[in-house]
Amino acid sequence: MANPLAQFEIKTLVPIQLGEVNASLTNSGLFMVITVAAVSLFVVLGMRSRSLVPGRWQSMTELSYEFIASMIRDNVGSEGRKYFPFIFSLFMFILFANLIGLIPYSFTFTSHIAVTFAMALFVFLGVTVIAIARHGLHFFSFFLPKGVPIVMAPILVPIEILSYLSRPISMSIRLFANMMAGHTMMKVFAGFIIPLGILGGWAPLAVDVALTVFEFLVAFLQAYVFTVLTCLYLNDAIKLH
Amino acid sequence: MSDDHPKADLEDLDNRLKRVRKDGKSGTTAAADNGKSDAAGFGMAMRAGTEMVSALIVGVAIGLLLDNWLDTGPWFFVVFFFLGAGAGVLNVYRAATSMGSVPGYGPGTETKRPDDTIDK
Repeated sequence: MANPLAQFEIKTLVPIQLGEVNASLTNSGLFMVITVAAVSLFVVLGMRSRSLVPGRWQSMTELSYEFIASMIRDNVGSEGRKYFPFIFSLFMFILFANLIGLIPYSFTFTSHIAVTFAMALFVFLGVTVIAIARHGLHFFSFFLPKGVPIVMAPILVPIEILSYLSRPISMSIRLFANMMAGHTMMKVFAGFIIPLGILGGWAPLAVDVALTVFEFLVAFLQAYVFTVLTCLYLNDAIKLH
Repeated sequence: MSDDHPKADLEDLDNRLKRVRKDGKSGTTAAADNGKSDAAGFGMAMRAGTEMVSALIVGVAIGLLLDNWLDTGPWFFVVFFFLGAGAGVLNVYRAATSMGSVPGYGPGTETKRPDDTIDK
């Protein structure tokens, strides 16, 4: 039976050494390139005809645009509009990565915490920089909630700071754990199909079919959750008071 | 789509869209809303679990780093473990009461959770 964790192995495809840095193209990197190309093709080719009455493809492109636009409108407000390009790219990148990862023999790079943590850290640092740029040192007053007795401050301020610092960790763990757990589970059940033979093999096969559907839900949901949390953090950065 | 009567086509489409929207109000959109709230609920459940763990990870990591740096035995680790646990509970509480009230910021969420007990 194949090792269910072998699918997460990073393999070097094109070795590239830049001085001390190992910048080789791995299967993870290759699928990032494929994801970016797929998103670009989906949006650019989808909007090629620009008809007033959209076809199926243009409808999907417009639907994803409107989905993110309304998410930003609901969670951030009109001031979040200038961050639309970033949030739209983030959502499409994660969504396509998760969905392309469901194709057999492909690689899911969102199942690696190095990738998800890099994305979450970027969002966290960006949001903090936006908050400090907009509110200056006033930003730090928010680690002390309003109306707290000053006696409680020595306990509450560290807790609030820790709670703030845990944001990128929880964002990255949620995405990576969901993707990795789902793919491992599918592989474990798939490993039982052939050994159980023509009589017993149907049960794990049925489980895998159900899991595949469930994984499509998870792929979308985790992209959604990651993006919605980015919106909420952005909202906090913009409207401190 | 024929190019002979684009206007008539659009009017026809407009009428059909209006009809579908009127009919669909009760049936399809309600089902879609239902599915959306289910999905959002599932996401929230996953969120609560990771919030607790991640706050603990941050607390323990900071404690161990400070101990390593200042050579103060287990003291910072112990203190930051409990602070991390507190932050985790706070995260879960805030995630559970409303998705809008995110760690670190008291105000701005007052309208969403008027029953906030932190400032009482």
